[in-house]
Amino acid sequence: MIYDIEYETMPREALESIQLRRLQATVSRVYATVAFYRKKFDEAGLRPGDIQGLEDLQRLPFTIKQDLRDNYPFGMFAVPMDNVVRIHASSGTTGKPTVVGYTSRDIDTWARLMARALAAGGATRGDIIHNAYGYGLFTGGLGIHYGAEKLGASVIPVSGGNTKRQVVIMKDFKPTVLTATPSYSLHLAEAAEDMGVSFKDLSFKFGIFGAEPWSENMRREIEEKMNITAVDIYGLSEVLGPGVSIECHEAKAGLHMAEDHFIAEIIDPNTLEVLPYGETGELVITSITKEAFPVIRYRTRDITSLNPEPCICGRTMVRMNKISGRTDDMLIIRGVNVFPSQIESVLMEIEGVEPHYQMEVDRKDNLDILTVKVEVSQQMFSDEVRQLQHFEERIKYDIKELLGISVDVKLAEPKSIARSEGKAARVIDKRKI
Amino acid sequence: MQSEQISIFLENKAGRLSEVTGILSQNHVNIRALAVADTTDFGVLRLIVDNNSKAEEVLRNAGFTVRKTKVVAVEVKDQPGGLHSILDMLYRAGINVEYMYAFVRQSGNNAVMIFRFDQPEEAIRVLSENNVAIVEGSRLYSM
Repeated sequence: MIYDIEYETMPREALESIQLRRLQATVSRVYATVAFYRKKFDEAGLRPGDIQGLEDLQRLPFTIKQDLRDNYPFGMFAVPMDNVVRIHASSGTTGKPTVVGYTSRDIDTWARLMARALAAGGATRGDIIHNAYGYGLFTGGLGIHYGAEKLGASVIPVSGGNTKRQVVIMKDFKPTVLTATPSYSLHLAEAAEDMGVSFKDLSFKFGIFGAEPWSENMRREIEEKMNITAVDIYGLSEVLGPGVSIECHEAKAGLHMAEDHFIAEIIDPNTLEVLPYGETGELVITSITKEAFPVIRYRTRDITSLNPEPCICGRTMVRMNKISGRTDDMLIIRGVNVFPSQIESVLMEIEGVEPHYQMEVDRKDNLDILTVKVEVSQQMFSDEVRQLQHFEERIKYDIKELLGISVDVKLAEPKSIARSEGKAARVIDKRKI
Repeated sequence: MQSEQISIFLENKAGRLSEVTGILSQNHVNIRALAVADTTDFGVLRLIVDNNSKAEEVLRNAGFTVRKTKVVAVEVKDQPGGLHSILDMLYRAGINVEYMYAFVRQSGNNAVMIFRFDQPEEAIRVLSENNVAIVEGSRLYSM
């Protein structure tokens, strides 16, 4: 089902004229209300009136995550706090999260876009949606939730964790659509099997999975194990949250970008030049309807390409291919963004610990396991095993406090972590996604 | 009255122990006693050697984390109840044994045990008052 048939199937020319009008309005507004943007535009010698056509978007400066941190917490908001009705945040690299805000119209736009996304993924108002994305500062849980209500479906706000209870709910409430991270959905399937419940006997028909990269192989495994159709959903809190783009269940070939609200570009991350359709590079997004937290040419660091070909589902919106990687060293562990610099800041806080560490990610029983190897310095070495184990516990605890994820800590001998050209290889990702 | 012991941090992986013994052998350091405390992913190797400063230097140069710690070498009667009587007097004095291990050679008719105490000075006082012989470091390394 196409939820917003007028917009989602709009001819390109009509769509582009809407995009231009909305882009011009957004640029004028951020120039008038956000000091950061005004300074950036002035430095580039640009005035809002210079945006005469969509091709002028390329003249605008990029926005990066560091800009958001520099303006922590509310410096990039384009409306007075009186008009902000919701705040979300994602984990930050130095303990400072990235904060985003929404006006009541933003919340409504987001709910509509999520209703579109759920409909594209196969959900209708007659469905029961088991929403296992985390509720809280993370945009996943509440984003899906509002969209499900907007669509008119019944939503079970089960959130993440407490897997056994989730299996019981799936058995008794008979939900028909599952929304979760792809790795958690496989974990759920295994937990169900252990409890003697086969997913094939449950009522699920569709699954809408996102918040972490996953492959076609993983899609096949999920569809096979759960006897469902599985689609990919994309979003990031800096831009909106889930619902920025969605795969349709008819084609399952690329994610339709909500182009009446966002303009997508692909750039070469080194030269920063805009690449034509079909070429792979970094995804850059400009929001054109957001009120509280508009972003101009936000560099997502996600690597993908855009496909303008018409889709069998009837939607005319450009499709982005599945995310194939990142241009920075960010890891996504069980849906949580983790940067090596965050781990480093934890280690630096502990006396005697030197920042010689390595992060190793693996996937066991479909759950991401992050192991932090830390070299034992002369200063922290004690003859007593108890003292060393105390260090391990302390590091685990502090990481959990900052990032909210459990990790394994392994003490290692000095110089045992490979250093290439003086720089240690910080991250080893062994996951076969 | 205390003796020096060399402690080395080791990851639990094949060949690490033999690397330590190899380095000591090449540098003509003689191991007098040895104990390993281990967990699932790392261990601490404790050594009594005949030349502490040399052992520390060569191991550190080879990239190991090394530390000198103080232990007490105690003569234990080589008969039933010999160790028990010592542990009992320490227990009564409120002294904790962090760990202990046996020394290879005997001192006369007595066995020698290496102790790490939480209060070494107090332990030495209690043991001496009860006529238990403490082996001095200088004698221990060349026994």
